[in-house]
Amino acid sequence: MTVGVLLAVVASIGLQRFPDVFARMHAATKPATLGLALVLGGAALVMDDAGSVVKLLLVVALQFVTAPVGSHLVGRAAYRAGTELDESTAVDELAGIDPDA
Amino acid sequence: MLTNVLLGLLAAAAGLCLLRMLRGGSLPDRVVALETLLVTVVCGIAVLAARTGSGLFLDVLVVVALLGFTGTALVARFIERRGAR
Repeated sequence: MTVGVLLAVVASIGLQRFPDVFARMHAATKPATLGLALVLGGAALVMDDAGSVVKLLLVVALQFVTAPVGSHLVGRAAYRAGTELDESTAVDELAGIDPDA
Repeated sequence: MLTNVLLGLLAAAAGLCLLRMLRGGSLPDRVVALETLLVTVVCGIAVLAARTGSGLFLDVLVVVALLGFTGTALVARFIERRGAR
């Protein structure tokens, strides 16, 4: 659980430090998901009735399914809406490809 | 007590998320910050449940996880149509 909490803190620090939406999305999604899985796994080890353990594991499964989908949706929407990339971005692979951008 | 330290760390993380939400940058930034804030809140509730040993609030976790995803998807659609601001 401690490691999970530390990962959640890392996620929010990354939210402050990174320059644009796309980098912040990486910072926010990955450590937050892994941190959540670790915290809820730790809590599931502590709980002693089966119903609570099932609920905790259900939340972990939901997060693993929905977090990539959600961040992909946000990233696509942000790119198409014309959010500017930070100037430190090296390659814009979608430039000229996405007709809606 | 270890759980108190963990809750303090989570509170700090939630504060950073709130700061990003308020400072913004663009609408997608705020959405990402809100998502992270929800994850932090879920972690906090789980730590509390583990400390008290009662499964009373675990239903809340399921609901928050589901609502967080639907909210993100909806706002993403909205941004795609209206443009980031």
